[in-house]
Amino acid sequence: MNYSYTILILLLPVLIFLFIGLMGDKMKPQLSGLLGTSGLFVITLLSYFTAFNFFDHRVDESFQAIEVFQLLWLRFTDSLIIHIGILLDPLSVMMLVVITTVSLMVHIYSLGYMKGEKGFARYYAFLSLFTFSMLGLVLATNIFQMYIFWELVGVSSYLLIGFYYERPSAVAAAKKAFIVTRFADLGFLIGILILSFYTNTFDFIALTDLNGLAITQPTTAVFMGLSVTTWAMLLIFMGGAGKSAMFPLHIWLPDAMEGPTPVSALIHAATMVVAGVYLVARLFPLYSYTSPDSLEVIAYIGSFTSLFAAIIACTQLDIKRVLAFSTLSQIGYMMVALGVSGYGAEGLGYMASLFHLFTHAFFKALLFLGAGSVIHAVHSNLMTDMGGLKKYMPITHITFLIACLTIAGIPPLSGFFSKDEILVAAFEHNKIIFAVQWLVAGITAFYMFRLYFNIFWNHTPEYHHTPHESPATMTIPLIFLALASVFSGFVPFHDLVTSDGNPLHTEFHWMIAGPSILIAVIGISVAYMLYAKKNSKPESIATSLKGFYNMAYHKFYIDEVYLFITHKVIFYFISRPVAWFDRHIVDGTMNLIGNTTVYFSGAIKKMQSGQMQWYIWYFTSGVLLLVFLVMYLN
Amino acid sequence: MTGPKIIFFILAAAIVVFSILSIFSRRILRAAIYLLFVLVAMAGLYYMMNFQFLAAVQLMLYAGGIVVLIIFSILLTSQIDSKLQAPKGSHLLAGGITAIAGIALSAITILQFTFKPSQENAVGTDMRTIGLQLMNTDVQGYALPFEVISVLLLAALVGSIFIAQKKKV
Amino acid sequence: MNLQAEIPLDYMIVLSTIVFFVGLMGVLIRRNLITMLMGIELMLNAVNINFVAFNHYLFPNRLEGHFFALIVMAIAAAEAAIAIALIINIYRQFNTVSVDDVDELKY
Repeated sequence: MNYSYTILILLLPVLIFLFIGLMGDKMKPQLSGLLGTSGLFVITLLSYFTAFNFFDHRVDESFQAIEVFQLLWLRFTDSLIIHIGILLDPLSVMMLVVITTVSLMVHIYSLGYMKGEKGFARYYAFLSLFTFSMLGLVLATNIFQMYIFWELVGVSSYLLIGFYYERPSAVAAAKKAFIVTRFADLGFLIGILILSFYTNTFDFIALTDLNGLAITQPTTAVFMGLSVTTWAMLLIFMGGAGKSAMFPLHIWLPDAMEGPTPVSALIHAATMVVAGVYLVARLFPLYSYTSPDSLEVIAYIGSFTSLFAAIIACTQLDIKRVLAFSTLSQIGYMMVALGVSGYGAEGLGYMASLFHLFTHAFFKALLFLGAGSVIHAVHSNLMTDMGGLKKYMPITHITFLIACLTIAGIPPLSGFFSKDEILVAAFEHNKIIFAVQWLVAGITAFYMFRLYFNIFWNHTPEYHHTPHESPATMTIPLIFLALASVFSGFVPFHDLVTSDGNPLHTEFHWMIAGPSILIAVIGISVAYMLYAKKNSKPESIATSLKGFYNMAYHKFYIDEVYLFITHKVIFYFISRPVAWFDRHIVDGTMNLIGNTTVYFSGAIKKMQSGQMQWYIWYFTSGVLLLVFLVMYLN
Repeated sequence: MTGPKIIFFILAAAIVVFSILSIFSRRILRAAIYLLFVLVAMAGLYYMMNFQFLAAVQLMLYAGGIVVLIIFSILLTSQIDSKLQAPKGSHLLAGGITAIAGIALSAITILQFTFKPSQENAVGTDMRTIGLQLMNTDVQGYALPFEVISVLLLAALVGSIFIAQKKKV
Repeated sequence: MNLQAEIPLDYMIVLSTIVFFVGLMGVLIRRNLITMLMGIELMLNAVNINFVAFNHYLFPNRLEGHFFALIVMAIAAAEAAIAIALIINIYRQFNTVSVDDVDELKY
């Protein structure tokens, strides 16, 4: 197969970005939107074509990674060379499909949602930039190229979160997202450097080759009780945790909801936040063979994050924040699945994680876009301002309900299958984690239906103007994503995307599926009792659990802890002394040198009097003095 | 005292005295005339050293050209009977010290050094020899400096016209 | 005429030294640009005496000093022409030929 056309998948979005970015002001806003959307449509078709071709060609029952392009970019030493290229393997092709599909839906949806907004062209330019960065990230052939696109993704996320830059909260959220992920990327970079120092390569294929040096002969160096490889893998995971908003680097994601809602759907639900999962999956053989300890860490962090975020999500009132915490929780699931997975025949968790990534992208994008549709109609983010919308917005209502059922894990919707695989994988590996994830599944069902009932049922508040269904540009993506949410569970994922490229044999366990359906139904029922009609039970429960409720409502004060550490500890004990040293010692030295120079210049500048005869005199008497010195004082 | 010696001392005295007068005179036109005397006396010196052509050029160029030019510019820029300002004390002191120290240093150095007079036969300094050498490109030929100086003179001609012309403002 | 026997070379050079430094002093003490130019002419002439005297006393078999003096004269003529053009321009600009008043280019 010739895959050289895949270069277009990378080139088109960047060209569109440049074109809209440079020319956006000069054309009609709608035109730039249509241009971006149609460009992305082409990219989506190309991606589907690529996926179809790739998954259609097996070599000995398995999929082989293909490096379509490999251009030499930088040469540090003979062994440490950085390439730029395009890598196709089941993982990256699957991500291609996810990214382009969700991105296309978001592009179409934004035509309606962002209509008439100031900076419409800028919005589409940034969307294209983001799509380009994300596609580059998943197509990277080596970890360094990935890092570059990783940062580009961070930048475009920053730009899109701060899209409403007149709002101080949006600016603060954009800065927060950028700084937190950037801080995590510092760990990523150090991890890359350590890893490449010991393995002498950046290349993914070389790094993850089971017979390669990186896996067969890992370094034996030990640092602070842990092997250096484990350190490197943990540091790389830190970068992934930053992008994927794992505890304790999750604080930026809820705030990132300040961006336009379609952006939240694209970046903060479906694509960018799963970059961390993608990263771990990409280096999975390395994790699995050289550093199982770090996988264990990943599993526990993922598990904790999913529980933690699920509890917080139950108390939030801003519907986008509920969805943000739900995203955290679901990414926690994916991390758990990766953490409990083995390689090859035991790679159920790996497959389940990516399956969940796949299905989650659709139903979470659907949830966000649905929420956007509701916000568009009600002009508020708070669920207290909503209620009874099901009769005003039928399409949004049905699609949102489908998404809620999907995330709750009701068969035969897609979320059921992927979540079930994760639970099976967790059950086989670690019973405690399984129990936690099982509980989280119930909580998820509860908070999602709390959200659903509060928006579409419950009592109807007095709206300023009657809410109405969104335009077709917004409902069509909703319907499409709803269909995807329903049917993506039937994709034979275990045949396609597995840790070693070979088909994986999976079984359906009623022992696991039964209880998970049960707890989902319990969660939904509890939500129905509390929120389907207006009553005082939620308040009374909140009052009875006052302390815990308040903590969860305030997101367990993690932001405050960060503020305390940064403002009080770091600012006072590190930054202030450093600043003092800089202002008084470093600047002082420089000022002293400068002032001395100025003083002496002032003293001798009088010689530059403009009186030519004195210049002549200095010159001639100087010559005479020199002659005298040379001739008579030797 | 022989004839040449007497002539030399007369010329030397004239040169020194008139040059000093030229720089100390407060009437600028007189200073120019004193300069003329110095230049004429120098022409005599060249003549004594058997460089008749050079003496003639000295008279034509300096006495006839440069001094006249200077006098023109004096007439252009100042009144004939106006007196120059007396030199400033500080300038006088600085200049005097430099001049006397320079003369002393140079004279001592020169007088300590013994020159060896050449025993070679003198070449003729008639017009034919000078003309041949000036237009020659051999070892003793000066065609290149001659051509270069002609370009320099042309440049100076154009440049001085350009500088001195009235700007069309 | 055997000048070498009558007048040693030292005389000539000391004479040129005196004229040179008198010219220098003229440049240093006189504030009128034209008198300064005259001082410069004196210095150039002093140098010419040196060339001619060295030629005559030390290298009579060649004419290098002679030609050098000739070229110095040509350059002096060019220099005088340029200097006077400049002086006239300065006079137009500042309405003076006193070098003290032409001190725009300073700190």
